[in-house]
Amino acid sequence: MSVAIASKSCQVNCMRRVMFDRFDQVVQIALICNFTVDDKHQTPSPHGGRGALPSEGGCPSDLLFLAGGGGGVFHLMLTIKRVPTVVSNYQENASSDDLKAKAESCGRNCLGKCCLPVSKLPLYAYDNAEHERVEEDIHGFCDEQCPPMSFLNNLLLGQWEDRMSRGLFRYDVTSCETKVIPGKYGFIAQLNEGRHLKKRPTEFRIDKVLQPFDEKKFNFTKVGQEEVLFRFEPSKDNKSHYFPSSPVDSEEGSPSVVAINVSPIEYGHVLLIPRVLDCLPQRIDGDSLSLALHLAKEASDPFFRVGYNSLGAFATINHLHFQAYYLSVPFPIEKAPTCRTMSSKGAYETRVVVSELLDYPVRGLVFEGGCKLCDLCDAVTSSCIFLQSNNIPFNILISDCGKRIFLLPQCYAEKQARGEVNQELLDTQVNPAVWEISGHMVLKRRKDYDEASEQYAWRLLAEVSLSEERFQEVKSYVREAANLQPEEEYISSIDDGRYDSAKPQVASHLPQDCLVLH
Amino acid sequence: MEPQLGFVEQSFDLRYTGWVREALNELPDCFTITDPCISGHPIVFASNGFLKMVGYSKDEVIGKNGRIFQGPETDRRAVMEIREAVRAERAVQVSLLNYRKDGTPFWMLFQMCPVYSKEDGRVINFVGVQVPIVLRKTRLSGLGISRNEINLCEDTVLRCCRREVCSDSILELRRESVSSSHDDRDVEINEPCDASELEKTKASAATSNILSVLTHYSELTGRLMFLFSVKHCQDWPQLLILLLLFLEHAIHRTDALLPDMPIVYASDAFMKLTGYARHEVLGQNCRFLSGIDTDPTTQFQIKECIRSQQACTVRILNYRLMTDCFLQIISLELLLFLTLLLFAAFRKDRTPFWNFLHISPVRNASGKVAFFVGIQIDDHCNYRELHGLRPEMRQLSVVGAVKVAVRSLSMGASTS
Repeated sequence: MSVAIASKSCQVNCMRRVMFDRFDQVVQIALICNFTVDDKHQTPSPHGGRGALPSEGGCPSDLLFLAGGGGGVFHLMLTIKRVPTVVSNYQENASSDDLKAKAESCGRNCLGKCCLPVSKLPLYAYDNAEHERVEEDIHGFCDEQCPPMSFLNNLLLGQWEDRMSRGLFRYDVTSCETKVIPGKYGFIAQLNEGRHLKKRPTEFRIDKVLQPFDEKKFNFTKVGQEEVLFRFEPSKDNKSHYFPSSPVDSEEGSPSVVAINVSPIEYGHVLLIPRVLDCLPQRIDGDSLSLALHLAKEASDPFFRVGYNSLGAFATINHLHFQAYYLSVPFPIEKAPTCRTMSSKGAYETRVVVSELLDYPVRGLVFEGGCKLCDLCDAVTSSCIFLQSNNIPFNILISDCGKRIFLLPQCYAEKQARGEVNQELLDTQVNPAVWEISGHMVLKRRKDYDEASEQYAWRLLAEVSLSEERFQEVKSYVREAANLQPEEEYISSIDDGRYDSAKPQVASHLPQDCLVLH
Repeated sequence: MEPQLGFVEQSFDLRYTGWVREALNELPDCFTITDPCISGHPIVFASNGFLKMVGYSKDEVIGKNGRIFQGPETDRRAVMEIREAVRAERAVQVSLLNYRKDGTPFWMLFQMCPVYSKEDGRVINFVGVQVPIVLRKTRLSGLGISRNEINLCEDTVLRCCRREVCSDSILELRRESVSSSHDDRDVEINEPCDASELEKTKASAATSNILSVLTHYSELTGRLMFLFSVKHCQDWPQLLILLLLFLEHAIHRTDALLPDMPIVYASDAFMKLTGYARHEVLGQNCRFLSGIDTDPTTQFQIKECIRSQQACTVRILNYRLMTDCFLQIISLELLLFLTLLLFAAFRKDRTPFWNFLHISPVRNASGKVAFFVGIQIDDHCNYRELHGLRPEMRQLSVVGAVKVAVRSLSMGASTS
């Protein structure tokens, strides 16, 4: 599809040929020639900002200009990528006419059994060998010298930015206002008016944590492959590898993918979908949790956290998935003091330690330590299996590059169903999933955003929390399920200085010669 | 009564932000900045070079008046001249005898210059540059000429005369200096001592550098701004990264072909390639396509792209230079962004190579575009794909990292 476009004032005769192809990179043309100007100038509208609803179809997004030099000495090519607004097939129920038919079968190039096995996707195979954990501060955050930015980080950011430029998101999340609410904990509020406009209504019961997979309902096999950034799977030879284009081999079992979340909460918001073709329902198992932990570990950015919502704890899709995104400020939950309460059996230094959150509106457990990653993974998995088998909804936050795992049982949905939640809180329409519980609130109304306060956050989260008695009960079951033993309690409060909100908090992948000017 | 140290420093920081000190200390010159608005007209900033020259520590100098460096042999008339200039709010240049902490006197050329406030035009600071005077053989030689002073001159010459290599002047100076050490040491130290042209030039150059740093940092206060280093580790050696401040009002000026966007960050790789220090690049305007033999349509299109806050990618054919020394001579106005583009103008033996320049808007926590980040990557064949990431993907990953950083950093700061 070609569209001729003219410029306003042009001193050199040239013709610009507009190439519209959402999925290709800049087309390189090395010829220089003189062309004539076409005067019908039309500027496509730029991609809308916050809250913009996707328009029907896209406008030409790539403008390719050829500027001819006299003697052919200078070759200058300018491409301007505009962001077309696109309705992602993630949102659609019917088949989309917009998508190119690349696959043989269903014609939609999706992630289903029809298309995926004949596709090629980038593959990041991570080193799955269990190395001994290095002795380090359990609450280690990146201080002075930041570790070099990991390859996975580069890959993820680059791919995400690429999808942004291709207009695959419903809106530009960076145009959503956001702020840290003044207060002790520094809750983070965001004003996002557009996110919930096309929100998928929850298609399953909210009172059961375990529900079978229903292929007729929306699931990730219906997502287009352009939304997939790369496959993320364990490697076979104890080394990390990256293959820019790897055929999906159905002999190897179903691939696990990292895909974009088209309604992102923050920059880099992705979904980790383990074994997508196996169509697993939303429930934790050892392999999937291990995959999630490795994603956090490989990204090696403490500001890249991975989260999970069970059914009944505001998961929206009953197809096994984790979420992750970048936010380079500490989450309030990460600042909360903790108190050791249980640990695994075995040598003191290599135990998995479980602590309770103190002085935080939501009661929860923090798992950390262990000699190897699988120790931590096993403890959390056993606990989750117990919770889900006993119909207790919960959320998981994987933080600090996989070294700290927060397990947060909740009961908000139940309270809501019983009409026990304050109407004012309900009016803000905030569903407390893992990010909200961690302290990152996405607000839908300007009024709520402007008036957002730490008291509001506290009140909302207090409704989410289990009562003290119920929590202690659950804790004792978890202890049994994960084969832990009780510990003498002592307080380990996190040094306030580290989270002093007066000092600018630097993103971990930036070295500390960051200057903040006010 | 001398004002408290903290208060004095704070007033300076408020005007220019706390980070101006770092930028000023990158300058090798000896200078002080005073604030006439504070009673006692104290020094609010002293460069590292100055402190070294006089042998005082920072705490001993900040908050004090400049007279502490004067002593018994200091010419009263010169001091009166300075005082008069302060009262009249004008510039002055005198030779002055100052004393170090250990009591040893030394001659220096003192050039003082007022800094005016944009809002109400009053003088808010005085910048005082001190250039040690290298004594001529016709004057006093009792102090001798040290190795350091010769080096200082050489350095000055190179810095001042970027367009020509003034090797002749250096030789002359060396000859003079060597012969002077053979003179009688019978001239009194307190004889008035004139500065040479060299020293005056040095003082002027230093003054203009300082003023440009101050001007640009003063522009940056009052708005939320970030200078930061994107992690330019071994992953991104070939990426030249510039962060340009997006000034909304500048975009709408019709007379400017390209918007006025001061550079607020430049990566180390950029510094290394161009040979410029950070302070020489920061604050400069990014009219990078002006002055280059470029199709004005292209300039217009880039401006359109910036005006509508879209990302854009430019692919340029550049010509690589053969020798590195060329870099030192090119003036900053031409260099700025498309550094390598310029080399073609020199028509030397060159090998062509393609360059990708990607510019993208970056929003801060308020959701509005605050910067444009520009990443230039050389996709010449000697840049192999690192671990399989294409150059374009590398550029995009830098953009992503910058976006995350700007958003997060501006979020936290907005509450303080």
